[in-house]
Amino acid sequence: MYHSWNMNPKVGKQYAQYFSERYQELPKTNHSMIAYGNGRSYGDVCLNSGGTLILTKRLNHFIEFDPTSGLLKCESGVLLKDILDVVASRGWFLPVVPGTQFVTVGGAIANDVHGKNHHSHGSFGRHVASFELLRSDGERLVCSPASNREWFESTVGGMGLTGLITWAEIQLMPIQSTFMNTLSQRFESLNDYWKLMEQAKSKWMYNVAWIDCLAKGRELGRGVLTSAEHTVKPMRSAEHKKKNVSFPLTPPISLVNKVSLTLFNSMYFHLPRPTQVVPLHYLPYFFPLDSIYHWNRMYGKKGFFQYQCVIPPQHEKSAVEALLKTISDYGLGSFLAVLKSFSNIPTAGLMSFPREGATLALDFPNNGRKTLALFNELDQIVRQANGALYPAKDARMPIDMFAAGYPALYEFQRFIDPRFSSSFWRRVTR
Amino acid sequence: MANIVIFGATSAIATECAKLFVQRGDHIFLIARNAERLAVLESDLQVRAGSDQRIGYAVADLNQHELHERLYTKASECLGKIDTVLVAHGSLPDQGACEQSVELTLNELNTNALSAISILTIGANLLEAQGYGALVAISSVAGDRGRQSNYVYGAAKGMLTLFMQGLRNRLAKRGVQVLTVKPGFVDTPMTQAFDKGGLLWAQPEQVAQGILTALSKGKDEVYLLWFWRWIMLIIKLIPEWLFKKLTL
Ligand SMILES: Cc1cc2nc3c(=O)[nH]c(=O)nc-3n(C[C@H](O)[C@H](O)[C@H](O)COP(=O)(O)OP(=O)(O)OC[C@H]3O[C@@H](n4cnc5c(N)ncnc54)[C@H](O)[C@@H]3O)c2cc1C
Repeated sequence: MYHSWNMNPKVGKQYAQYFSERYQELPKTNHSMIAYGNGRSYGDVCLNSGGTLILTKRLNHFIEFDPTSGLLKCESGVLLKDILDVVASRGWFLPVVPGTQFVTVGGAIANDVHGKNHHSHGSFGRHVASFELLRSDGERLVCSPASNREWFESTVGGMGLTGLITWAEIQLMPIQSTFMNTLSQRFESLNDYWKLMEQAKSKWMYNVAWIDCLAKGRELGRGVLTSAEHTVKPMRSAEHKKKNVSFPLTPPISLVNKVSLTLFNSMYFHLPRPTQVVPLHYLPYFFPLDSIYHWNRMYGKKGFFQYQCVIPPQHEKSAVEALLKTISDYGLGSFLAVLKSFSNIPTAGLMSFPREGATLALDFPNNGRKTLALFNELDQIVRQANGALYPAKDARMPIDMFAAGYPALYEFQRFIDPRFSSSFWRRVTR
Repeated sequence: MANIVIFGATSAIATECAKLFVQRGDHIFLIARNAERLAVLESDLQVRAGSDQRIGYAVADLNQHELHERLYTKASECLGKIDTVLVAHGSLPDQGACEQSVELTLNELNTNALSAISILTIGANLLEAQGYGALVAISSVAGDRGRQSNYVYGAAKGMLTLFMQGLRNRLAKRGVQVLTVKPGFVDTPMTQAFDKGGLLWAQPEQVAQGILTALSKGKDEVYLLWFWRWIMLIIKLIPEWLFKKLTL
């Protein structure tokens, strides 16, 4: 009954135990354990077939906030949403946010998540000043880039395997307003995307492109690039009224079949867009999907998959083109097809996914063997381009892909807690 | 901006209520038994609160009824006039163990009914005298009908529900709201022994939101989530001759 966001892979029985007080000890169990934050991963990094899940949902208290320096200390089960609710109106913001605000601080650290501003801010772990790591032998390590550095680096992006993060300190970033200046630009081909993205990176803090994953031929890789930055002038209407905001992105409920997806993608692509900068509250800008609770259910019982890879710069153009060709030939992706760019800003974590290059992420309905066969083809392209797949979005990667994508794997293993394990870990290191 | 006292403030539901109260600008006074957990909650609320909001607290074992009067005094010292009293403490008895122990049974009745009744009695007189305010207590759907699987808990909550009904009848004429909250299954550390499959389980955040809505709408009784009203209606309608044969 505890599953990941995409309902895949299915795992066997799991035992769940609350960990709701940061001073408490880890449960005594006979089997292995792994932290379960808010289950927003698209795979089994947060699952543990036959083992225990440590639920951090109620480990959700703020500890301290300094409104002059922007340093926030909180327990690891606090949601990014709770943080933004409290700090945004006071002039502070999380320097990195993923596409949903319903993830916990622990989950954001353990997957070293990235946002649309990797080219300016890197990934989440870089903004973590310190955290406490609770090991199964009862030891509590306060880790930061300065003290217990090795533990810090192995836990950021460490997929929960090094122990339980109980609390963390995050350095927030100042903002002048809760609104964003946004600009959407259509591009007619992949070539145009590269040019547009290159320009946008130097001008805007946030950049992300939606790709029409069904477009073929000369239109291959066409899409819409959305750029944004925090508004500098304070806006008077600081409060966001949920109901009167409309984001052009409609829930893709009926879009998961070929006919409706074709229709929708071409409509969305051709949607008239203002050519000038438009102000938008941060919620609809960053988290358009969050306004539709449980949108994951629309894929039905079989769930879905996300495929997210990163391709290093030297191969990014050819590999992304090959990936998109393969996908459009397959003919059934989903509305969610996102292309972004990662910079060479170093990560704080040994096992972090972000690295310089282009990153492509797509959702696919679970059509069983057909879908998995497509992934095998995509793998082949990623392999040849020396790319890597994102564990947080993975329910099926072959063992060799993990080893190839994460050269620090051997070094990392020394830091894994002997009582911690996950379904993901056993699957990719068998 | 209301002044609110919360008894049993560290329970999952009360904690989420406290966050919502603070978010809308209220001043609050927290009472709980476990000092460490209370301190954790207090600093959490301090981070959420504006600099002009008051957040006070006291550590107390609410099974000691003689403390109740003093706790109200302390709360008034911190807040001034009290607008809302939320009674949220409780335990989930081990029914099997209760059946073997009179002492345990009486203790559970004390925790889940008598101590709440003591707190409500004092609060009722306070609010009645000032002529406004609200008394809110967390009862349970379990109090709607005695069932073999948890009738000690059910009896305590049933007593609390009936007591509040009478209180409401008395205070309605004095401008005081009396709100009985009847949660169904709530996914909290207290209920972690249950297998939480199915759609009947609510998150404490949802229950807290429901309480605040019912409170501001002047409601008398609220089932959370809403469908429990209908489930319990059906359960109450089953004739006793049949009901006694069921295993519920
Ligand atoms: C709509 C949507 C959009 C998304 N967009 C992005 C995006 O733009 N960029 C991105 O990087 N990701 C994105 N993600 C993925 C998501 O950000 C990550 O999977 C994130 O880690 C989920 O956090 P969670 O709290 O739900 O953790 P879970 O999924 O429950 O767990 C994730 C990992 O964190 C570990 N963990 C959790 N808590 C702790 C703890 N206290 N101590 C130690 N380990 C812990 C778990 O063991 C597990 O390995 C998106 C997900 C969704 C659903």
